[in-house]
Amino acid sequence: MNEHTLTIKDYGTRETAWCPGCGNFGILSALKQALLAAGLAPHQVLMISGIGQAAKTPQYLNTNFFNGLHGRALPVATGARLANPALSVIAESGDGCMYGEGGNHFLAAIRRNINITVLVHNNQVYGLTKGQASPTSGTGFATKAQPHGIHSSAFNPVAVAVAMKAGFVARGFSGVKEHLADIIRQAIAHEGFALVDILQPCVSFNKVNTFKWYRDRCKPLPDDYNPQDWHTAMKTAATWGDEIPVGVIFESSAPSYESHFPVCQTGGPGSGPVDSEAFGRVINSYA
Amino acid sequence: MLQILIGGEAGQGLVTLGDLLARSLVKSGYHIHVTQTIMSRIRGGHNTFSICVGRERQTAPREPVNILVALDEDTVRLHRNALVPDNHLIILDEGVSIEAENCVYVPYKKLAEERYLNVIALGVVASLLGLDKTLVGDAVAASFESKDDAIAQANRAAVDDAYAWATQTAPATIVALEPAQPADAPRLVINGNEALALGALAGGVKFCAFYPMSPATSIMLNLARHADIMGLVVEQAEDEIAAINMAIGAAFSGCPAMTATSGGGFALMTEGVSLAGMTETPIVIVIAQRPGPATGLPTRTEQGDLEFALHGGHGEFPRAIFAPGTIKACFEQMSRIFALAEASQGPVILLTDQFLADSYQDIEPFSIQKTTPPEPVLPSDTSQLYSRYAVTDSGVSPRRIPGAGTELVDVDSDEHDESGHITEDLGVRIKMMNKRLRKTRILLNNIVPPDYSGDTNPDLLLMSWGSSQEAVTEAAARFRDTGKRVGTLHFSQIWPLDPELFINHLCGAGRVVCVEGNATGQFARLIRRETGFEVHGHILRYDGLPLTPEYIMGGIEHE
Repeated sequence: MNEHTLTIKDYGTRETAWCPGCGNFGILSALKQALLAAGLAPHQVLMISGIGQAAKTPQYLNTNFFNGLHGRALPVATGARLANPALSVIAESGDGCMYGEGGNHFLAAIRRNINITVLVHNNQVYGLTKGQASPTSGTGFATKAQPHGIHSSAFNPVAVAVAMKAGFVARGFSGVKEHLADIIRQAIAHEGFALVDILQPCVSFNKVNTFKWYRDRCKPLPDDYNPQDWHTAMKTAATWGDEIPVGVIFESSAPSYESHFPVCQTGGPGSGPVDSEAFGRVINSYA
Repeated sequence: MLQILIGGEAGQGLVTLGDLLARSLVKSGYHIHVTQTIMSRIRGGHNTFSICVGRERQTAPREPVNILVALDEDTVRLHRNALVPDNHLIILDEGVSIEAENCVYVPYKKLAEERYLNVIALGVVASLLGLDKTLVGDAVAASFESKDDAIAQANRAAVDDAYAWATQTAPATIVALEPAQPADAPRLVINGNEALALGALAGGVKFCAFYPMSPATSIMLNLARHADIMGLVVEQAEDEIAAINMAIGAAFSGCPAMTATSGGGFALMTEGVSLAGMTETPIVIVIAQRPGPATGLPTRTEQGDLEFALHGGHGEFPRAIFAPGTIKACFEQMSRIFALAEASQGPVILLTDQFLADSYQDIEPFSIQKTTPPEPVLPSDTSQLYSRYAVTDSGVSPRRIPGAGTELVDVDSDEHDESGHITEDLGVRIKMMNKRLRKTRILLNNIVPPDYSGDTNPDLLLMSWGSSQEAVTEAAARFRDTGKRVGTLHFSQIWPLDPELFINHLCGAGRVVCVEGNATGQFARLIRRETGFEVHGHILRYDGLPLTPEYIMGGIEHE
């Protein structure tokens, strides 16, 4: 393995269960490019997903993966990362999974600043359950479950993450693959919590936010944009309308969660033998 | 043997007083058993800390009280009916106007500031019981030392003042404890939850995630206290769903992992239990029961979640459920179940309850020598063709840890093929279900058999499970003293069951009565379901208090 030069083929090519034209294809392809650019061999990567069409992505990649329950990718990723800080842990799922069912975990993972990369396929609709509203669906968006249009307002994950001063916050678009791959590469390289909210069309169930809708609005941030400026980042994160800025919106440096655990500095807790001398001292403290 | 009951409001330092008295008694050579009742509040209300003490081993909670340490008037009113006639003493403040016999009125306000009330009470009781003043003073000073040396010395002085008053002024005690020899070797003074935490450490736990919930929290607090020295991670999760999923993630990544909660928290965890079953991830879950439904009685005890532990989690998959009967068994079972979770690659549940969680006993220091942590999972070779769910005769597929080698470890909560990828091939589905269910054999091969003691073919067989073991044993012993032929059958593992191990005991007894701390006889129902044997009677308790020998004997007599 040492002499092997990593290529895109190492991440595999598998048949998918996605609709033709789905934004997921662009995201899968960008992810492979980002892993290659990061120099991560398949066995060094652990993909963790929930349930939904986006959450199937790890099935189509040659890496380690744990395809868990709807909404629960982040706690599994947190446990896996604390157990073995040598793994590059990437949590990947859709807007319903990460922001709806898993909303509390999303907030907690940001607060912890656990060193994981979170890729959220955001198509503003539920795909696998066939077309109900998602937390990011726009007000008024009509579905069979919400025939009069959605009464709730849309959740803005990027604005929430920036407001919480998450370590790394980006927005990408599945239709601009090279740009997206570079954002994901930077997210993986970031030491701490990294969110990439990825806008994508759902060709089957979202007839409003189409490929064209996104393409016409998504504009890369200017070269002189400073992601360290929190006030600018807040304004950028809140921008959603005729223009939607894409790129790395906010970045800060804070110690990762793992760095606070002494045992994570020495390779992680693992499954090593019980230290009988230390155990003896523990027992004596109850005498 | 005496029972000392300390009663008062939350916030009066009652647990500190009880804990120091219990430790001083053990250091003086006595054996103790402590039961606590607590109201769900930070201040006020009525709490108790009861110490059974004697020269012989103390095991079960008892109801008759010999020494009542009343930190408020309510304590006298609530417990005077439990006092042993002619062999009791009430220790209370001199300002209290309550009509009672055998009172020792302590001038608390004259002896010290109010904040030393509990230490003065300790000094008075310890003096009346004839405990060595220096020994008690040392225990008090040691417990405050970590806070501040001046505070430690002030508390020691309060003990001295209490002893001086008690020796000069207190009436000669009519309640006496036979003198004991101080213990040669140190003994642990430990409660059920502490024993579980120590058992987990001995059993190799490396990752713990939890969301606080009484009466489980103290397990995790004890683990957090030792996390750095023992090299483990203890994480307070955002909710119970996160707690179990974190533990599963950590277990997948190679750590023996656990979580602990009560019934309400386990309700949130159940999809995670099912996930562990499907992904074949070893995980240990402690459920410290309290009375439900819903929030119920948060600080009281019950054995009401047996069927919930048995069925919580959708779909069918193997699991094992333990229910230790003693503090010692809490340690022993906990130290072994991580290995069983690894061997069977699935969830293992341990049921305790508030009574066992908060009961203290003096006990010989636990030895790590007899414990069996799981074997570490090692990478095999550099083959990329590893299949996480390879179908085997035993149902156990060789486990690998992601990142430990170049093999890729892929697992799925969807039905999956041998490589761990999602499948809707229904033939594969049947193969995988059968493979997972075959692991039940491993659990059956490792069953802790029920514990039978007493006469063979007795007239009365008391069947029980979990925390009531010692109360049942004591009740049986007292029945035998009256000439009855009595046996006891105690289950410390409640799933899976092997009827071959106990059916003869049930069929050979004249009358079988199941003793359990719930309202509907859940264990008796499980036994009937698994064996067809219907017990002849039930003794049930669901008022939030623990089963005691007196309660059990009363139940038999009123049958």
